[in-house]
Amino acid sequence: MSGEAVIEVRDVTRTFMISSGFMKPKRPLHAVNGVNLRVERGEVMALVGESGCGKTTLARMMMGLLPPSQGTIELGGKPISTLDRMTVARTVQPIFQDPYSSLNPRKTIGSIITLPLRVQGDRDPATWEKRVHEIMELVGLPRRVFNNYPNQLSGGQRQRVAIARALINRPRMVICDEPTSALDVSVQSQILNLLQDLRAELGLTYLLISHNLAVVEHIATRVAVMYLGRIVEQTDTASLFESPRHPYSKALLSSVLTPDPTLGVPDTHLGASFPNPLEMPSGCTFHPRCPKAMPHCSQVAPRPIPAPGGHVECHLYDEGAPTYAQS
Amino acid sequence: MTERILEVEGLSVDIPVPAGMLHPVQDLSFHVDRGETLAIVGESGCGKSLTSLALMDLLPSRATRRASKLALDGQDLTGLSERQMSDLRGNRMSMIFQEPMTSLNPAYTIGDQLIEALRRHRGVTVGEARDRAVWLLEKVGITAARERLRQYPHQLSGGLRQRVMIAMALMCGPDLIIADEPTTALDVTIQAQILHLLADLQREFRTGLILITHDLGVVARVADRVAVMYAGQFVEEGTALQIFQAPTHPYTQGLLNCIPVPGKTARGAHLGTIPGIVPSLVGRMPGCHFAERCRYVTDACRADAIALRDATEPGHRYRCVLSPEETAAHNQMETAQ
Repeated sequence: MSGEAVIEVRDVTRTFMISSGFMKPKRPLHAVNGVNLRVERGEVMALVGESGCGKTTLARMMMGLLPPSQGTIELGGKPISTLDRMTVARTVQPIFQDPYSSLNPRKTIGSIITLPLRVQGDRDPATWEKRVHEIMELVGLPRRVFNNYPNQLSGGQRQRVAIARALINRPRMVICDEPTSALDVSVQSQILNLLQDLRAELGLTYLLISHNLAVVEHIATRVAVMYLGRIVEQTDTASLFESPRHPYSKALLSSVLTPDPTLGVPDTHLGASFPNPLEMPSGCTFHPRCPKAMPHCSQVAPRPIPAPGGHVECHLYDEGAPTYAQS
Repeated sequence: MTERILEVEGLSVDIPVPAGMLHPVQDLSFHVDRGETLAIVGESGCGKSLTSLALMDLLPSRATRRASKLALDGQDLTGLSERQMSDLRGNRMSMIFQEPMTSLNPAYTIGDQLIEALRRHRGVTVGEARDRAVWLLEKVGITAARERLRQYPHQLSGGLRQRVMIAMALMCGPDLIIADEPTTALDVTIQAQILHLLADLQREFRTGLILITHDLGVVARVADRVAVMYAGQFVEEGTALQIFQAPTHPYTQGLLNCIPVPGKTARGAHLGTIPGIVPSLVGRMPGCHFAERCRYVTDACRADAIALRDATEPGHRYRCVLSPEETAAHNQMETAQ
C-alpha cells in the first residue's frame, strides 16, 4: 500500500434509528459498523455482499451524501465533512444501476450531460457544447442523440449517458453501484469494456458495487467482502478468487454459476437466511450461518488479522483466538 | 400419462400496434417431457416472456395467439374456453413470476393465497389445504411454516417470498411449471438455494419445467435442453452441452463471448460484444433476423427466411446459412483476437 489514497474510510459507523412501532422506542440499526477502507489511485475496488449488508450506505457516505455517525472519511487527505458539496461532487461521481430511472425523462441528453457544468458554475459556457461532444464521443454516443430524450435511447445508450454525465467534470473517482445489472448480456459487456477503457484513458479510480462476482473478478483489482456492516475480508482480486479465506467469501464464491453445463447447482451450505440487522447475532455476526463455527465464535467478535494483500476477520486465522477469547 | 407433457407447434403471437402488426413470437415449436427442464434464453424484448404468457393463455386482450398444436399431456389447449383454461391454470400448469413482491397479493396472508388454488381446483377442506401448504412450505425450506401462514407478503424477505411463490406453484402438484426469471431479483447465495430446491422438487414430482431467463450461468447449470431466442424466433436449440460446448449460431456464440468466464477470460481483457440493437418486429422481416448485427452476414442471409437446420449432432438445430464448420471457424478466429 504505497500509492496515493484517493479516499480513505477510517472506523466509519453509520446507525439509523428504526421505528419499531407506535409508542415503542426506536431501535438502532448499524448499517455500517466500523469499516476501514483505503482506495488508491487507479484501483478498481469492488465491494461485494448480499443485499442489506451496507454496501450502498457506505457508498453514499463516500459521496458525502450521508454523514457517518462515527469515524472519518478523507478525500484526497482532507476530511469530507470539511469540504463543501461542490468540491466533493467534483472529485467523486456516481453511476447508478438503473439507467431507466436515473435520467430525467423531461430533459434532453445534451442538457442532462451539461447539468454538472451548470451546477458547478463553470465559467466558460462557450466551451460547454464542445466538451459535451467530446465526452459523448469518448463514451461512444452518436452526436445526433444530443437533442433526444432518454426514452428514445436503448438501455446501453442510457447507461452511456449516465457515464458521460459522471465524467464531464473530470472526477478522480467514480462510484459504480451495480452499473450493468439492469442491462442485457450483450450490452453489459460493452459497458464493462467502456469502463475499462475510460479508466486507462482518464486515470480514473473506481469503487465497484456489484453482486455479479464474474464481473468483479474480471475488472476489479481489489475486493472487499461485506457482511452485516463489516468488511470481513479484503484482499487483491487474484488472492480472493484463488484462495478465499473467510468462510463467507468461500460461500459467496461457490454460489457463482459459471456457464459450465457439466456442473450442477452448487450447495452453499448457507442454510439460515440473512439475519435481521436489527437483531445482530452476538460475537462473530456470521456464526449462525458458518459451517466452521467454533464455540467462541458466538461470544467474541473476531479482530482483523493481516493476510496477504489485506485482512480477514475470522477466528480461524487468529492464532491467539481461543486465548484472547477467554481472557 | 405420456412422457411428453407439453407439445407446441407453430406458436405465434401477434399484437396490433399503431405502426402496424407486431410479431413478437414467430412460429415456435418445442416440447417438454416429464422431469425435464427446457431453458428459453434470450435478451430483453426477444419474446420469451410473451411465449410463457401465450402458453398460459394470459396474453393481453388485444394480442392474438396462433398455434397448429398446443397440447398439455395430450389434451389440446387451443380450443379451450376461458373457464376450461382457468381450471388448468394453477392446477396442472402453473407459473412462477419474476417479482415475488408484485405477484403476491399484499392484502392477503400467505396462507390464504396458498390455499386458494387448492380449494378452487380440488375442493378440499380448509384444514386439508392448510396441511398441504405447511408441508410444501417446509419442503421449500421455510421454518416455522404454520406460523408463516398468518403473515403478509411484506413481512417476508425477498428470498422467502420467492420460496412462497414456488410452494404456491406446487400446491396442486402441476405437470408443468413455467418459471420466468425465478431468481433474477435474488442474491447469488439465495439464487443457488432456490435453484437447488427447484431441481430437487422437480425430480421428486417429475414435473416438466420451462425456465425462462437471460442468465447463461443459470441455464448451463440447470437446463437439460436449451432454446436460444432472438427477435421472436428460436435461433438455436439443443442439449445444454451442445449449446455451451459447440455453439453454432453466431448469436449464441456472441452471447457466450460477452460474459467473463473465470479461468477462461483473461482478467481485464476486452469482452466480446454484439454491436447494434434488436430489430423492430413490426411487419414481416425477410431473411435472417440477426443479419443486421452479424459479423458474417452475406447477401444470402437477407434474401429468404432461414429455416432451422440440423447441426452435426442429432437434436442440435440452428438457423443460419453457414455450415457448423464455418461458424465454428469464424468463432475461433473471433475469440483468438
